[in-house]
Amino acid sequence: MSEANLTEVQADRSKMQISETEVAIDIIGMNKWYGDFHVLRDINLHVMKGERIVICGPSGSGKSTMIRCINRLEEHQKGKIVVDGIELTSDLKRIDEIRREVGMCFQHFNLFPHLTILENCTLAPIWVRKMPKKQAEEVAMHYLERVKIPEQANKYPGQLSGGQQQRVAIARSLCMNPKIMLFDEPTSALDPEMIKEVLDVMVGLAEEGMTMLCVTHEMGFARKVANRVIFMDQGQIVEQNEPEEFFTNPQHERTQLFLSQILHH
Amino acid sequence: MTKDSSIAFVLKEPKEAEPAPIATTGALAWTRENLFSSRLNTALTILSLLFLAWMIPGLVQWTFVDAVWFANSIDECRQLSPGGACWAVITARFDQFMFGFYPEELRWRPVLAFVLLGVALLPVLWDAVPARKQLFFFSAIYPLVAFALLWGDGFIFERVNSSDFGGFLLTMIIGVTGISFSLPIGVLLALGRNSNLPFIKLICVTFIEFIRGVPLITLLFVASTLLNYLLPPGTNFDIILRVLIMVTLFASAYMAEVIRGGLAALSKGQYEAADALGLTYWQSMYLIILPQALKISIPGIVNTFIGLFKDTTLVSVIGLLDPLGIIQPILADSTWNGLVVELYAFVGLVFFVFCFAMSRYSMYLERKLSAGDRH
Repeated sequence: MSEANLTEVQADRSKMQISETEVAIDIIGMNKWYGDFHVLRDINLHVMKGERIVICGPSGSGKSTMIRCINRLEEHQKGKIVVDGIELTSDLKRIDEIRREVGMCFQHFNLFPHLTILENCTLAPIWVRKMPKKQAEEVAMHYLERVKIPEQANKYPGQLSGGQQQRVAIARSLCMNPKIMLFDEPTSALDPEMIKEVLDVMVGLAEEGMTMLCVTHEMGFARKVANRVIFMDQGQIVEQNEPEEFFTNPQHERTQLFLSQILHH
Repeated sequence: MTKDSSIAFVLKEPKEAEPAPIATTGALAWTRENLFSSRLNTALTILSLLFLAWMIPGLVQWTFVDAVWFANSIDECRQLSPGGACWAVITARFDQFMFGFYPEELRWRPVLAFVLLGVALLPVLWDAVPARKQLFFFSAIYPLVAFALLWGDGFIFERVNSSDFGGFLLTMIIGVTGISFSLPIGVLLALGRNSNLPFIKLICVTFIEFIRGVPLITLLFVASTLLNYLLPPGTNFDIILRVLIMVTLFASAYMAEVIRGGLAALSKGQYEAADALGLTYWQSMYLIILPQALKISIPGIVNTFIGLFKDTTLVSVIGLLDPLGIIQPILADSTWNGLVVELYAFVGLVFFVFCFAMSRYSMYLERKLSAGDRH
């Protein structure tokens, strides 16, 4: 295994419950083009509440684009996306409704550099959820404690390490009390020492039953936490399976090649 | 194979931090490093010192020592001191420089308006001012107060005609109005130019490119003459108001481009993070994008403000009596005929004071806002 994918995490799978009736996300025949370039081809994905899905694949395979379609950071041109029972259309009201329920963490954290950590966390609850400031601060401190950095609340993002910033970004999303969390390569920009502290927070979330879609190459995390691993290439879902099967017995030759490259160099 | 013992190394005791050598800190080191670091530098330093020693005494002599501060004409000036500055022309015409032909007995009104301007600016410029919220309320109604004081409301305050306005009073009116309105309009234009809505974008681009492509003087001539042909006959459209609109629009177009530069400097991630949290367009602009974009744009914004402030002198071309307009009749006046330098030096000095203050304030603001910037 390559060094970056080695990070070992401890997780308790018995706590992670998947609902059998409640659907979190339903993607049916979704297609997307950038101009003439067909980036996402006939994507079908059915996610139940409480699922932890890891999406991997080579760069340019469309994995980020796919999860960014779920909260409309990218627009899809064909097919249907239903998030938490709401169908995504160009209707701004629905988009905002979905974004309130879907949290997202980015590769480069994207904290707001002109606001303190606490303000980063209270901003959306105050302005979007119309929460009183005092209550929003209590919620924020609660989640900052969850990600183990309450003492940084009054600093600015630029004063924190990458790992701390990413944990703040997770706390910021959690303050909105989302039903679904999207992670877009959350540890790719981090030093090896900081990857674990972020993954530990994500494991904690999984153990609490959060529905999660993670674009990541942290295969240790995929093994321990995911209930499904999806492999994408050239805008298509090439293979998906339970992690154990996926890693030990990949079927498609593209998957085999990919896994051999990331696991044995 | 034997081990190579020269490669192995283990730090046995931690090394303590030590103070820097004396010769590298302090005033002496600064002087050596900046003024005498090489032969060429030393030569340049000495040359500059000689130049200053040659220049300054004469300048001080003319400006202060031999200067005449009070006299009734240029001849009297020359009699008192043939080789000095005749500042008497400024003291004699001081009121005109300040107020133009604003009625003498009503001049306390512009003075009061100026003092109140300071009060109105306090909460805007300084965030530690006590009772900031209440003061902000005053800032919001200040334009009405200033209008009532300057032009009169016809009830409490006697009316004053726009044609009587002049001097630095006029400069301040145009400058302050242009500055306060061009920023918000510029922000809206910049956002419009970046908009996804093609119609709004088209309007903003057309406006910005048209206004930027035309000299300000042309716009002022349009305001003073051409507009009369377009308006229905008999309309009384105040000349100062027309100039205010033109100057504001002109500065707004420049402002929009300065702010667009700031917007472009932000990473896409900031927009995406704001979107992903469910903030609406206006919320994300107001809370996330503009605070950062405006901070980046401060040097450009203040640059535009300073440019606008100095451009107010162009109104003398359409016959308004700004400080430069006041100078013209003085130059032609036989009592003072022959004085040029003193008049322009005085006007230049006053402009410099205002512009330098703006520049210093912008530096203070940049320093203050860069608190969270340590990456």
